[in-house]
Amino acid sequence: MKRKHKRLTFVVIAMVLLASAAGLALVAFEDNIVFFYSPTDVLTKNLSPDRRVRLGGLVEEGSVEKTAGSTVILFRVTDLQNTIPVSYEGLLPDLFREGQGVITEGVMVGGVFQASEVLAKHDENYMPPEVAEILKESGQWEEQDNQEQGDKPK
Amino acid sequence: MIVEAGHFALILAVVFALIQGTLPLIGAHRNNATWMALSVPTAVAQFILVAISFAALTYAYVTSDFSVYNVAANSHSAKPMIYKISGVWANHEGSMLLWVMILALFGSAVAVFGRNLPPTLKARVLGVQALISVGFYLFILFTSNPFERLLPAPIDGRGLNPLLQDPGLAMHPPFLYLGYVGFSIAFSFAIAALIEGRVDAAWARWVRPWTLVAWVSLTLGIALGSWWAYYELGWGGWWFWDPVENASFMPWLAGTALLHSSVVVEKRNALKGWTIFLAIVTFSLSLLGAFLVRSGVLTSVHAFASDPARGVFILGLLVVVIGGSFTLFAIRGPALKSGSLFRPISREGALLLNNLLMTTGAAAVLLGTLYPLFLDAVGGGKVSVGPPFFNAVFIPLMTPMIAAMAIGSLLAWKRGDLAQAMGRLWTALAAAGAVVLLVWWIVADGPVLAALGMGLAAWLFVGTVAELTVRIRLFRVPVGESLRRLSRIPRATWGMTVAHAGMAVVVAGMVGAGNWKVESIQVMTPGETVTVAGYDYTFRGATEVQGPNYTATRGTFDISREGRRVTTLYPENRNYPVEKRPSTEAAILTTFWADLYVVIGDPDKNTATGGYVTRIYHNPMIAWIWAGILIMVSGGLVSLSDRRHRVGAPTRHRAAPIGAAPAGVRE
Repeated sequence: MKRKHKRLTFVVIAMVLLASAAGLALVAFEDNIVFFYSPTDVLTKNLSPDRRVRLGGLVEEGSVEKTAGSTVILFRVTDLQNTIPVSYEGLLPDLFREGQGVITEGVMVGGVFQASEVLAKHDENYMPPEVAEILKESGQWEEQDNQEQGDKPK
Repeated sequence: MIVEAGHFALILAVVFALIQGTLPLIGAHRNNATWMALSVPTAVAQFILVAISFAALTYAYVTSDFSVYNVAANSHSAKPMIYKISGVWANHEGSMLLWVMILALFGSAVAVFGRNLPPTLKARVLGVQALISVGFYLFILFTSNPFERLLPAPIDGRGLNPLLQDPGLAMHPPFLYLGYVGFSIAFSFAIAALIEGRVDAAWARWVRPWTLVAWVSLTLGIALGSWWAYYELGWGGWWFWDPVENASFMPWLAGTALLHSSVVVEKRNALKGWTIFLAIVTFSLSLLGAFLVRSGVLTSVHAFASDPARGVFILGLLVVVIGGSFTLFAIRGPALKSGSLFRPISREGALLLNNLLMTTGAAAVLLGTLYPLFLDAVGGGKVSVGPPFFNAVFIPLMTPMIAAMAIGSLLAWKRGDLAQAMGRLWTALAAAGAVVLLVWWIVADGPVLAALGMGLAAWLFVGTVAELTVRIRLFRVPVGESLRRLSRIPRATWGMTVAHAGMAVVVAGMVGAGNWKVESIQVMTPGETVTVAGYDYTFRGATEVQGPNYTATRGTFDISREGRRVTTLYPENRNYPVEKRPSTEAAILTTFWADLYVVIGDPDKNTATGGYVTRIYHNPMIAWIWAGILIMVSGGLVSLSDRRHRVGAPTRHRAAPIGAAPAGVRE
């Protein structure tokens, strides 16, 4: 086999592989991308109950409520303009706190966000960038406060 | 005083690195032996200085010197000693110091052990290595100085995140960095080879041990991180396709490809340009990982408190390293003479297929990881790409690779016979079929894909063993002759066999853990029993216990199966008063077939009942994943112990017979 032919064979194999990978990726993107919304977005977008989204914001102070004898936890996520009630069944991550940033994933059903996942962070001072952005958009971001907590070289 | 000495040593290290990164390179260009020889003492001096610097920071941690900002922010006098020490690298600044120390360690190791390297190549490798170091030293000194003082000193420190106070995580960063940074040597060798315009079998033999060391360490580092996430986060999972996990996985995929393609360069003198390309890509992906983790551009469970200046600095470094190396590759790459020819169906062809699948897999992971950044940059909205995407793309790509793994090693170099190879694999095919049917019969209601996945694992395992029996001509020659052949198999070959068998065990574990997991969340009152996957979990109540620097609620769970007592588990929900943070300690019983995993959460709202929220997981075959990874790692170590790979042993002229290392390199 000539050198050119040999190379061509492998180029063709590589192309086929890349094409099938790209195809797989496109199909997977179609089904599996989860959009990130603020409480205000969720209210204005009128989401259908089969659309999985991520909802981010602050856990409203004093909103966390446990139900006796069940593992369902209710709390509200706010961007300080609008608030969405969230219902989650399970154990909350260790770093879940009132007044702190949170990201939840789930679906909107009848005005309540049914979360199947609540994301945890390693660092208590860490603000998820999406949540920081949401607060900036709603004009409630306190720059210095966060600088003080998170950004100062340790 | 000691802290200032550490700071000063770091600045001196930059000076030495600058010398090492310039004069030897110029010397190699002008063929000036004195200038080239400078690379060795500067590399050693550089390492000693960084080690002093690292020791100084460690000293500050051990003595709890809270006048150092870094110590005050990440340590506490009441912390156990092991976590005071691991606290050094459990934060951004300290971990960067560990990073450069390992960088300098590898550089000085090449300087000391690479006695047989041609002087120009050695000078260039060390020069390039030093230039990388300079970039990171400046990064530390300008944006992340761990020696910054805090005056007045606080009375006590802020403590270390309780999640990080864990033996698994204490060892995770050092191994991970040995891997990430270890690939810098392959990178430096690649750049040096491009400058020299020469890549040959000897070059591949020099690079291989370093690549192996890096690969073994990275594998172990990723496994430790995954193991930690499994038992410490209390989610019962071991891999989340989190951006930071992906950041470590991409270099692993590229590095594994590099390890295999360098074999082709070594044995057949082919795929040279591709190997150089992979060496550059692997280290570039390591740097990209560093950027993703430390810039805070992606939402992840990791995320050091981020600072835009750091992100910009690393991005600049990334642009210089990747841009520079690929430009050099574009200019010099075509000049590399392509080596011997081979047919698509041959050992080389199979290794190339492995490479293509591995790199395509890495590209898919890269796409999924960076897509949210890209979409946000073009104003397409904020999205997250989660496990469903990665599973949908990655698994179909890896399945043919694992299927081909068993066949590839049975093909001859240059021109293989597929029919003959398949003929030797009938046992593997039969085993795979039997396993599929058996699994299907046992777990009738489970997913069909799980049965096929188990079949794939069996195919690879038996195929790997079959390759060994072909190699020793078992049953074709007298048993004594087979044993004699067995004893003469080179260690590098043993390494491949062991690592491939380990991979089969990992695949089986992943298929089992991924498909048959059972989860149960509920409120349990004392005396209540819950049955999960055939095991009865009885909650006996919870008590308060006192740890060295925490208090904990400890639950007691009696576990029995069909009336027979199995064990008692004590999960804890710890509270660290200094850090004002809780941490879940899952209690796990590992058995051959499954892990029993119990987590205790908050007390029920109606506290009068003494009930607690509990989470129970039945995780089948999870121990197989860790065991398989350890087998793979030991395969890497066996291969590393091959004397042909002994660091610095090979010479460019293959006059000496294989195995007879030149005198003076046997240490």
